Amino acid sequence: MVILIILIPMSVVLALLAAGMFLYMNRQGQFDDLESPAFSVIADDDSVHADQHDPPVA
Amino acid sequence: MNATRPPAADGTAALTGHARAETYNYDVVRKFAVMTVVWGIVGMLVGVYIAAELIWPDLSMHLPWLGYGRLRPLHTNAVIFAFGGCALMATSYYVVQRTCQTRLFSDKLASFHFWGWQLIILAAAITLPLGYTSSKEYAELEWPIDIAIALVWVAYAINFFGTLAIRRVKHIYVANWFYGGFILTVALLHIVNSAEIPVTMWKSYSAYAGVQDAMVQWWYGHNAVGFFLTAGFLGMMYYFIPKQAGRPVYSYRLSVVHFWALIFTYMWAGPHHLHYTALPDWTQSVGMVFSLILLAPSWGGMINGIMTLSGAWDKLRTDPILKFLVVSVSFYGMSTFEGPMMSIKTVNALSHYTDWTIGHVHSGALGWVAMISIGSIYYLIPRLFGREQMYSVPAIAVHFWITTIGVVLYIASMWIAGVMEGLMWRAMNADGTLTYAFVEVVKATYPYYAVRLLGGAIVLSGMLLMAWNVWKTIAGGRPVEARIPVSASAHA
Repeated sequence: MVILIILIPMSVVLALLAAGMFLYMNRQGQFDDLESPAFSVIADDDSVHADQHDPPVA
Repeated sequence: MNATRPPAADGTAALTGHARAETYNYDVVRKFAVMTVVWGIVGMLVGVYIAAELIWPDLSMHLPWLGYGRLRPLHTNAVIFAFGGCALMATSYYVVQRTCQTRLFSDKLASFHFWGWQLIILAAAITLPLGYTSSKEYAELEWPIDIAIALVWVAYAINFFGTLAIRRVKHIYVANWFYGGFILTVALLHIVNSAEIPVTMWKSYSAYAGVQDAMVQWWYGHNAVGFFLTAGFLGMMYYFIPKQAGRPVYSYRLSVVHFWALIFTYMWAGPHHLHYTALPDWTQSVGMVFSLILLAPSWGGMINGIMTLSGAWDKLRTDPILKFLVVSVSFYGMSTFEGPMMSIKTVNALSHYTDWTIGHVHSGALGWVAMISIGSIYYLIPRLFGREQMYSVPAIAVHFWITTIGVVLYIASMWIAGVMEGLMWRAMNADGTLTYAFVEVVKATYPYYAVRLLGGAIVLSGMLLMAWNVWKTIAGGRPVEARIPVSASAHA
């Protein structure tokens, strides 16, 4: 099962990369506030009324 | 990555009320959203046709390109990569723009992505019936198309992550993490699994051989389930359920844990597709153990999605879009319970190679993936075409019930057929001979195949109703160029 010599280390490297990404993002403060982002998404008004202006020429 | 960015030209433009205020790129979202419906119908039509062929084999009229063996990969490619793919691309481009409050990184790349993806689907629709296949499940397309997929996918990745990089809000909403995980992982899976050596224009051989090839194939195959058919659609769940319900995610903290737990535990479930084969026994067991572990993050996410409705359950009575979204999550819960159970070796000894697997796949693909996509597209279409709501809301409710009944007929008939097949295959007489010949088992499945065909046809009829509803909505509306809220740049 030579293929496992490729696949298993690849998974380990990927897991390490993901862990690095998590730690980096954590240090950037991405996960400091885990309450308000849920509300800001709801607050974003994407209904048709949000945009009553004339559509600009694309 | 610099989280905030000074507002571009739009700050002054908005103040002077200039016509060139910054807008979102809804154009690419519109195109992908409409094509989701089109490819949904095509893919499910092929599915219904081959389901009928299993009852009436002469339906192929002895034409090789209409045979089951060639049309079955067309069906799976069309529903997964054309229907599911377009749904993921439409919603991811919408979600990443709205939650980052910025226009897409590149309109040109978006356009290239859309037309490239449609051409790839067209190429699949031509080459598969002609018999050009690499014969790897869910990766049947031949090498020139594989290269095209890689190129288009890179454009998608650059555009998605580029948009994240120029975002105007500091926090990256959790749905984007799921979409991002999906895009990155699928790129890697595709490149590793599609490594092949071309011999002619339309023929190549896999770079791996024998059981090694099988291992790579199911490493790819199951991770495609995990990252294409799960992570991406979870992104949809975390955006569209809160938006449609008008309530924040039940636990935002849990949604972040859900993402990281899923990412870390998914990679090694693949060997459960190769139980009792030439694959080393310990590798099979590793696959089984990881599959069982997956139950935890899956159900955490499922509960999070459904509980988002807590305190607003009454909305389920009146809002058919919410019905689609929430029932899809319950199907997600069901199939992510069923999957780990089927990965247990002793259960797998009964279920493998039977129609139970087909039932399981469709409870995930129709119940979860299709229903959450349909709900999300119903949410998007009016907003993209400047309408208050869909042309006919009662038609959405009818569509919901049609789909639910069709899916239940489909999976229940396949459960019964599958368990029956498994039991008949293993039945032995006292003298150690098999009780049933294979053909007797085939014969016994006929009634269940008929019910499956009925279920599939019902689901397809729902898609036709959806197409009519979408058509009428678009006909009465006009394409929207939504402005990016000024507040977004104000506090940047």
